[in-house]
Amino acid sequence: MTALLEVSDLRASYGPAEVLHGIGFAVEEGGITALLGANGAGKTTTLRAVCGMVSRKGDVRFAGERIDGKATEAIARLGVAHVPEGRGTFVRLSVEENLRIGAYGRRDRGAANDDMERMYQHFPKLAGRRKQQAGTLSGGEQQMLAIARALMLKPRLLVLDEPSFGLGPMIVASIFKIMETVRREQRVSILLVEQNAALALELADHAYLIETGSMVMGGPARALKENEQVRRSYLGY
Amino acid sequence: MTQLTQQILSGVATGAVYASLALALVMIYQATESVNFAQGEMAMFSTYIAWTLVQAGLPFWAAFLLTVLISFIGGVLIERVIVRPVHDAPVLTHVIVFIGLLVILNAVAGWIYTYTVKEFPSPFPSKPLFGGAITGHDLGVICVTLAMLMLLFAFFRFTPLGLAMRAAAQNPESAKLAGIRVGWMLAMGWGLAAAVGAVAGVMVAPVLFLDPNMMSGVLLYAFAGALLGGISSPGGAVLGGLIVGVLENLVGTYLIASELKLSTALAFIILVLVIKPSGLFGRVAIKRV
Ligand SMILES: Nc1ncnc2c1ncn2[C@@H]1O[C@H](COP(=O)(O)OP(=O)(O)OP(=O)(O)O)[C@@H](O)[C@H]1O
Ligand SMILES: [Mg+2]
Repeated sequence: MTALLEVSDLRASYGPAEVLHGIGFAVEEGGITALLGANGAGKTTTLRAVCGMVSRKGDVRFAGERIDGKATEAIARLGVAHVPEGRGTFVRLSVEENLRIGAYGRRDRGAANDDMERMYQHFPKLAGRRKQQAGTLSGGEQQMLAIARALMLKPRLLVLDEPSFGLGPMIVASIFKIMETVRREQRVSILLVEQNAALALELADHAYLIETGSMVMGGPARALKENEQVRRSYLGY
Repeated sequence: MTQLTQQILSGVATGAVYASLALALVMIYQATESVNFAQGEMAMFSTYIAWTLVQAGLPFWAAFLLTVLISFIGGVLIERVIVRPVHDAPVLTHVIVFIGLLVILNAVAGWIYTYTVKEFPSPFPSKPLFGGAITGHDLGVICVTLAMLMLLFAFFRFTPLGLAMRAAAQNPESAKLAGIRVGWMLAMGWGLAAAVGAVAGVMVAPVLFLDPNMMSGVLLYAFAGALLGGISSPGGAVLGGLIVGVLENLVGTYLIASELKLSTALAFIILVLVIKPSGLFGRVAIKRV
């Protein structure tokens, strides 16, 4: 298997404070990679650094092309769809407008209408709320909208920052099921940050553990699941 | 009764000009969270460009359209060259930059065109229509403004570019993640605001005549209209501008000497804002504490 996203020696800082101290990881074509770590470890910053939303140094390659010097918009247009922490919903626009915006950065914008219908099939809850202001959706519906919006880009890589945050187990299960379906049917690779380590390791094929801005462990998800330290600190048994 | 109708309709015509400029202010405000104090001087400058083109022999409407186009480009350039570098600076910096722009545009206009008042042609017949209810010029101003507002509405509502501009103003970070070139969207917002201001300037110039300070009063009324309607709401700003125009006219005709109409109109608006700080149609800003 070849890597779709390859990151090495990635450093990122907010102002003078360096937060990531040179980390490396990869997402394989068609694979799911999970980033684990405690609060404040630098997971969100890692995703932001990959997408050029924070000042960063290092070597980031997407489909073989260097993207560590590119602007966020340009990276999105290459096919990287990022659902940020907090979901990034356009709260004063309608559900449908949110989906249209999602398709703005792709080349074949004409085909977006068909994809929109496909999204409504994946997420029937959204179909009944096309004209509703997105800010008035429930948390779970907003998360579905955020993922649907990202998929409208027809991305090769889907970047998700804590998709389960604040949601009940039923909704989380359905969102993870949809992610699995999307990966299989559309061959979208996924880079996932998730608090729920058990769930993430279940879904992912590769996983990495970040502690205070450094990568301390990485490998096949199964190996991490069986690791003593991971079990005690993140899986809780 | 007829006098009342007359006064209201002529108020609507002036209000249409305030409404246009108020809308321009709101468009900039939504993208930058600060008020472009130079909006009036930009409109004034556009009006001089129209005057120059008419003097050069262009038919009025050709000069009008060309002016709108030049103003759009000018607005884009102002954003790229002057506003962009201070994009992340505090609001006070924006205020200083906008006031600087105001002073510079005013001085340059005075330098090129002198401060002597010039006449500006109206493209509309000046004769009264409908039994004297409205002058041809006022009706023309109302129609042009209405057409412009409908075009803008359709653009923002129904085109992908309009949607992208709204998205960029609302949530720049998320817009970038969708591949929207947010920087260009903001520049286009300035261009559109400048174009809208140009229409306002050209429409009001036959009444106010042309001089470098012609828009200072108009800007004040437009600002009042924007605040009255709600600076967060484009539709509200338009309605606010119209209300201010009508109010100004009625107060000046029926209540008090016209020297006091500005103060009276502003006093009324302050009263509204004390009761409803977000304006008549504005969203209440929810601040996290
Ligand atoms: N905008 C910012 N300015 C300054 N420091 C920041 C900023 N955002 C994050 N940090 C710091 O960077 C470090 C990593 O933060 P980050 O948000 O990447 O953590 P995280 O792993 O995503 O945590 P969580 O699980 O709580 O979301 C933290 O110490 C945080 O305080
Ligand atoms: Mg985080």
